[in-house]
Amino acid sequence: MRPFAYERPDDAAGAVATVTADPDAVFLAGGTNLVDHLRLGLATPGTLVDVTGLTSTEITDLPDGSLRVGAGVRNADLAADERVRTRYPALAQALLAGASGQLRNMATTGGNLLQRTRCVYFQDLTTPCNKRAPGSGCSALDGWARHHAVLGATHEPAGVACVATHPSDMAVALVALDAQVRVLGTDGERTVPIGDLHRLPGDDPSRDTVLAHGELITAVDLPPSPIAAHSTYRKVRDRASYAFALVSVAAALDVADDGTIRDARVALGGVAHRPWRATATEQSLVGAPATEDTFRAAARAELVDARPVESPRGGTAFKLPLVTATLLATLRDLTARTAATTTREDPA
Amino acid sequence: MHADLSLTVDGHHHTLTVDTRTTVLDALREHLAVTSPKKGCDHGQCGACTVLLDGRRTLSCLSLAVAHDGAEVTTADGLAPEGELHPVAQAFLDHDAFQCGYCTPGQICSAVGMLDEAAAGHPSVVTDDLAGPVTLDRAEIAERLSGNLCRCGAYAHIVDAVAEVGSEVAR
Ligand SMILES: Cc1cc2nc3c(=O)[nH]c(=O)nc-3n(C[C@H](O)[C@H](O)[C@H](O)COP(=O)(O)OP(=O)(O)OC[C@H]3O[C@@H](n4cnc5c(N)ncnc54)[C@H](O)[C@@H]3O)c2cc1C
Ligand code: SF4
Ligand code: FES
Ligand code: FES
Repeated sequence: MRPFAYERPDDAAGAVATVTADPDAVFLAGGTNLVDHLRLGLATPGTLVDVTGLTSTEITDLPDGSLRVGAGVRNADLAADERVRTRYPALAQALLAGASGQLRNMATTGGNLLQRTRCVYFQDLTTPCNKRAPGSGCSALDGWARHHAVLGATHEPAGVACVATHPSDMAVALVALDAQVRVLGTDGERTVPIGDLHRLPGDDPSRDTVLAHGELITAVDLPPSPIAAHSTYRKVRDRASYAFALVSVAAALDVADDGTIRDARVALGGVAHRPWRATATEQSLVGAPATEDTFRAAARAELVDARPVESPRGGTAFKLPLVTATLLATLRDLTARTAATTTREDPA
Repeated sequence: MHADLSLTVDGHHHTLTVDTRTTVLDALREHLAVTSPKKGCDHGQCGACTVLLDGRRTLSCLSLAVAHDGAEVTTADGLAPEGELHPVAQAFLDHDAFQCGYCTPGQICSAVGMLDEAAAGHPSVVTDDLAGPVTLDRAEIAERLSGNLCRCGAYAHIVDAVAEVGSEVAR
């Protein structure tokens, strides 16, 4: 591991100034991804700037009804918050479906959003990887591709190809919930809609997000939304717990008494370089009856442009039926629950 | 590059000088000769290094010592006063909840931290009603302890041991 200096500036602005001025400096939060990367030789910073005491660890109600989550709030504390559990259940579930109890006690909201892909070749310095070593090629294309993409990936040309997925569960829920990310730079604060934070690989897979070096996530705002209280998160993985998603769905439905879908929010995890807002699915659901046929059509609409990795050592074609099945199960579940609530609230 | 820091480990105060790259796990094992937390994977994947850091279960292999100056660390060894056993440790003995014992200090610290989380009403991903009370049944215990692997496969007895203490906590 390369030797590094450790700094703890007085405030967030100081941390931003330090990292912005030094291309060799990085922020340290819970360390659960960064320390692993230091050890793997994947990250070789000269300076770690510890932001754990500099970003808020509070969850606060804003006057407009939003909930503001400080970037320093630990994943465990966010999942346990009463307001999150009742107003944004998909977020609580996504957090609880991620990592382990110990890791959730350490991981922060900011760090979770900026964790990097778990692609095994990205983590293995001996293999070509366009994300880690731009221009070297993508080992996943004909390698052990399982946790890789089916949507929005770059398959060619070889020098920029990347089929990695974003590993965060929390981010998938945040996308479905239309969260806003507050970012501090040397020019002040800006707000980035969560759906725009992460990039597709395009022709530069080395960049995961739209943030500039030195920009600090200070908070995540959850807008008020009645539909969010009926949201849910479903995660499919290779073992029952303590594993990254093969596919996941964060969704919320508003179904009218006559069974028509009035509103829908759907995001997919494990399928793309960023948490994937399923806009085609949403459009196809709204205004349609909440039936099996509608759900199937909605899944098809999102997957028309899908392109799995076809590797001789296992590809991601298995994810296409898996996305459909997971989406269907989630939508069925939400519809049944909406029906149950309606019956309870309105016995007539 | 080096840093001076202090740690309170199992009630004992220490000051030490470490390379900034040193983890809490290596500070404990290599600098302070506290060998109850074990190094299984050193990548956050097994839970053998679990300690209570300022009261919460944490992976000491992914925690940089320099970032935890002044922290209070409790290892499995320090859960109970000298010569006594913590109820969770006693339950592990009573239920034969280990074979080689390598994962055991991490399992015990994790269970102690988990029981506090459950007592505070924190849900898990298998909790049916996210806003409701927590009942520590076998599925809940297995889920909440999934961050601790046991290569000997003592899981069934580990759940028995934790269930015994968990039901007493609930009462
Ligand atoms: C064994 C294991 C299993 C896991 N399983 C899952 C899982 O199933 N699902 C899941 O979602 N996650 C999982 N994780 C990943 C875990 O959720 C992340 O490692 C964690 O959320 C990262 O947060 P952190 O605070 O520790 O970040 P750090 O490791 O401290 O930082 C991560 C990155 O974010 C940057 N950063 C941190 N804070 C800020 C900020 N405020 N502004 C700008 N940049 C910042 C850092 O510079 C660094 O590049 C797993 C991790 C491990 C080790
Ligand atoms: S998928 Fe992306 S991260 Fe993985 S090897 Fe290819 S370029 Fe690297
Ligand atoms: S040694 Fe820390 S999790 Fe394995
Ligand atoms: S008892 Fe041997 S690893 Fe758990």
